[in-house]
This record gives sequence, structure tokens and C-alpha cells, in this order.
Amino acid sequence: MAGVTIRDLRKAYGATEVMHGVDLDIKDGEFVVFVGPSGCGKSTLLRMIAGLEDITSGTVSIGDDVVNEVAPSKRGVAMVFQTYALYPHMTVFQNLAFGLKQAKTPQDEINRRVNAAADVLQITDYLERSPRNLSGGQRQRVAIGRAIVRDPEVFLFDEPLSNLDAALRVQTRLEIARLHERLQSTMIYVTHDQVEAMTLADKIVVLRAGKVEQVGSPIELYERPANSFVAQFIGSPKMNFFDGNDVINRTVDDAQFVGLRPEHMVVSDAANAIVSGKLELVENLGEYVLVHLVSPHGVEFIVKLETAPAVPKGEMIYFAPEKVERLHMFDRVSGLRLV
Amino acid sequence: MTDKQISDIKNRIAVIAAWIVACLFFFPIFWMVLTSFKTELQAISVPPKLFFKPTLENFALIQERTDYTKFAWNSIVTSVGGTGLALIIAIPAAYAMAFNSGRWTKDILMWMLSTKMLPAVGVLMPIYLLSQKFGLLDTKGVLVIIYALINLPIIMLILFNYFREIPKEILEASRMDGTSTFNEITQIVMPLAWGGIASTALLSIVLCWNEAFWSINLTASDAGTLPALVASFSSPEGLFWAKLSAVSTLACAPIVVFGWLCQKQLVQGLTFGAVK
Repeated sequence: MAGVTIRDLRKAYGATEVMHGVDLDIKDGEFVVFVGPSGCGKSTLLRMIAGLEDITSGTVSIGDDVVNEVAPSKRGVAMVFQTYALYPHMTVFQNLAFGLKQAKTPQDEINRRVNAAADVLQITDYLERSPRNLSGGQRQRVAIGRAIVRDPEVFLFDEPLSNLDAALRVQTRLEIARLHERLQSTMIYVTHDQVEAMTLADKIVVLRAGKVEQVGSPIELYERPANSFVAQFIGSPKMNFFDGNDVINRTVDDAQFVGLRPEHMVVSDAANAIVSGKLELVENLGEYVLVHLVSPHGVEFIVKLETAPAVPKGEMIYFAPEKVERLHMFDRVSGLRLV
Repeated sequence: MTDKQISDIKNRIAVIAAWIVACLFFFPIFWMVLTSFKTELQAISVPPKLFFKPTLENFALIQERTDYTKFAWNSIVTSVGGTGLALIIAIPAAYAMAFNSGRWTKDILMWMLSTKMLPAVGVLMPIYLLSQKFGLLDTKGVLVIIYALINLPIIMLILFNYFREIPKEILEASRMDGTSTFNEITQIVMPLAWGGIASTALLSIVLCWNEAFWSINLTASDAGTLPALVASFSSPEGLFWAKLSAVSTLACAPIVVFGWLCQKQLVQGLTFGAVK
């Protein structure tokens, strides 16, 4: 097993640079999630670690070795693709055994490892079927199995759940978490879904436009986002921002703005409030309600409450932060969090 | 009239039109086969006879005067050999172009295809002289090489289009699994594009079989193919329609039967895998 170290990693297509010098340390056995909006470079970064994408400059090291020029199969990594990428003309068994065959592993060793992996993933009954005859969830297990049999130092997952339906996604997410617990291998996981990121990760790497915005544990990112981008990307519904015009009972510098998560706002009276808004719409989700409001200066925001406020539409409601620590201040120009 | 009735009528007209066109195309072949069973006198009678007492004398005469089976065997060897050689070159080339395509890939393909637009007679002299120098005139070998070369552009283009339909991730997965380029082609790409390769091969065999220009010019009695046999019946003795029809029928029959058996694959090849 091994960690991954990335130093000043850059990627350019012709004159266009898409990764702008990424530095990252991934410890042995850590579960790291790359998250960010589409086009942020998270998949490119993963593919550079896998060796499927050339490195323009900088280094990728797995364990103690720089692997920039090492073939994908010799890096000790295994990848699970979004589209599963199973070999459609082979049976499940052959799919799992293919990599071992290429490495000229003895047949009884192949049998042993394939059966062990199939056991872990509960796909033993399907070994003789072809991928065509499997459901999406079963195919995904085979794809994970293909990674497991190679006994890699680092597992790479490229949006592995995005082709599954919602129920299966939750189940497979749990299975991946269990797998990590069991194997204790380093895992790098790419997703645009912040729920997956929050639930799976030991460490989240938030990327935007080819740059790392913040690296930290899920709770750090949630409680102390480094900037307004991370603040809005992590958490759902996303964090509300207000500038000085909308903040009442408190002065906010023109160069700053306030961030407050929907779940950290409580109804209050005008004297203790920090913001107010006209009630626009209430979405009742049973367990909680999402209240959509518009501030006097036209900023739309959402508040998450246990029960719907007993006021008619168009009525002004006042809100205070649940705790004062829940109030985030950001710099207007740089977007950076102000301590 | 309702819209449904109008569209029904339109459909019917289209079907009738298609039948008329099909019959127009088929008529010469039908007439050729018919004439091959006539005597020479019946063949040139005016008005042409549709009903007559069929005779096999033309076929008997052909087998007597020439060795049909030898020409047919030459046709088989050169078509299959030429196609095989072309595939051996085209598969790795199309693989390289489909999966490592660069800025000029399309232009290179177009350039290769453009060689098909040149008249073959333009290179007759050099190829004839080269064949002569290498002692290849009237050998099956020279036809195998020429057939492979003239069909290479079209085979490349079709295979390129088939290969491009293979999801890139599957090849990436195989690279993660440590596959060599050779294994990637033989164990991943070829099995996945098998239908495409087979239909391309069928198409190429048909094209080779029907090729006459190079066969007539580079071969004679030893390595001549069926088109050369047909040609030999047309010139020296004036026009003997019945015999000419009989030999043409014999030349066409195998490939028509073959094409009919492989119809489905051939259509797939011709549509370049566009409909999927």
C-alpha cells in the first residue's frame, strides 16, 4: 500500500493550460474525494494519476516512486470507470481475470483471486454470465471486482455511481465505504455529488477551473470553508450570501459579505434578527421544509426549518443565526474567508 | 381522405417505384441468364424470344474450350488472398487512426481515399513493368498484391468508422490491465469489431471478384480470373451472344450466390456502421 504525492502538477492542451499547478498529499490508506463542478479538472487529475493522461509538468509519485513515465498497469493503481468499461465480449470471470492473464499469472492463482473478489462483491453466481445480461448495479460490482483482483496500492474511482439510479447509488456508496474499511487501501474518488463526497471521504479536495480551492476533512469544509466557492459548493441547499445592505442590527464593511447556511437560520424577532425576507414559497419535504424568501434588496435565499412558518405568502419574516459561530464572513474581492 | 390514407398511398407509390427500379437493374442480368440458354440464332433473333427450348450447349462448349474451374479457382484465391493481405495492413492502421487520431487523421484518410479517384490506367505502365521485372506477370501473387492495394483505402475507411464506435474507456481499461498493443488489437478491438471486419471482408471479396482491369492486363492463361475469361470470349471471334452470356453467367453466379447468403453483413458494411 502506498500514498500519493502530487507536486506542481500541470496539464496543457497546446497553449491552453487546464491544470494550474496542483499540490496534494494523499496518505496511505486514506479515502480522498475530488469534488468540483464539471470541467474543474477532477477527472483529468485522476487520469493523470492513472497514467491515462500525459503530464505536462510536475510530478506524480505513488509510494516513493515518481511514476510520470510509468505505464498505467505498472503504477500499482486500478481504476473503476463511470461507464464500467467492461469487456462486452467476455464473461464476468474473463473480465476479472483479464488483467491477471496479461500479467501471465498462473491459472490456479487467477482462479483463487477471481473467486475471492467475487465473494467479497457477491457476484459469484454471475461469473459465467456476460456483462450484457447484468443490471447496472451488478456491472458496477464487476467493474469494482476487476480493480480488486489486481490488488492495487491505490484504487481510482471516476464517478462510479453516476450511472446508477438513486436507490442503488446509496447502496453502492455504502458498499464502497465498507470495501475501504475492509481493504484499508488508498482510494481516490471523483464525483460532482457533494453528498458522496461528504459521506465517503476522509479528505475532500475541492477543485475549480484546474486549481485546488481547499483540502480538508468533510467537517472542516462544512464548518470552515476557505472561500465563498467552497462555502456554496459544500452543503445543500447551498449557503446564503448577504451583503451589508441586507444585514440588519449589525454593520458589515462594504468590502465584505456574510454567509449563512439555510439549516443554521432560525426565526427571530426584528430586534435580534440579522436578515429579513418576504415569504415566496414553501417546499414541504415532510422531514423538514425549505422556505424560499427574497430580501428587501432582492437577494433570494432559502431557510431550512422544521415546520412551515404560520404566515401568509408575501409576509416579512426575520431570521437570526442559530449560533454566532455559524456566521461566515468573506472578502468581497477575493472571496476568501475572513477569520 | 385522412392523413393515414394519404400516407398509405404514398407508401404504396414508394414501394411500386422501388420495384420498378429494382426490375430495371435486374433486367440485364435476367436477360443474360436467359440468353445463355439459347442457341446463337435464337440469341440474335428479332423480335427477341422470351419463350424457347432451353439448351445447355453453350455451357458444354465453354467447358470444352477452356478450363472454367481453373479460372474460378484463380478468382477465389486472388479475392480471398487480396482481402486477407489488405486486412492485415488495414486493421493495425485503422486502429492507430481511430484511437490515436491527430489533427491530420481525417485528411490522411481523405488522401488515401482520393487515390481511388484516379483512373487505374494511369498507373498501368509502371505496374506492368514492375510486375515484368519481378517476374510476376500472369501469377496469382501480383493480383493478390494489386487487389490488396486498390481495396486498402475503402477497407481502412470502413474499419476506421467501426473502430471509432468502440468506447474509448474499454481500451483505457485494457491499458490499466496491462495489455500490449498487439493483445489490445487481437483480444479487444477485433472481437468487438468482428461484425464490421467480417462485412468489410465480404465487401472486399466482392470487389476483388468483379475486378477486370488488372486481371485482363496482368494475367493470361495461368493466373487469369473469371472476368479475364469473359473478356477472352468477347473479342477474337466476333460477337457470339449466347456463349458470351453463358460465360458471364458462370462468372457471376458464384459471387451472386455468395452475396445473397451474406446479404445482411454486406448491407451492414456498406452503411459504414452508421445505423446502430
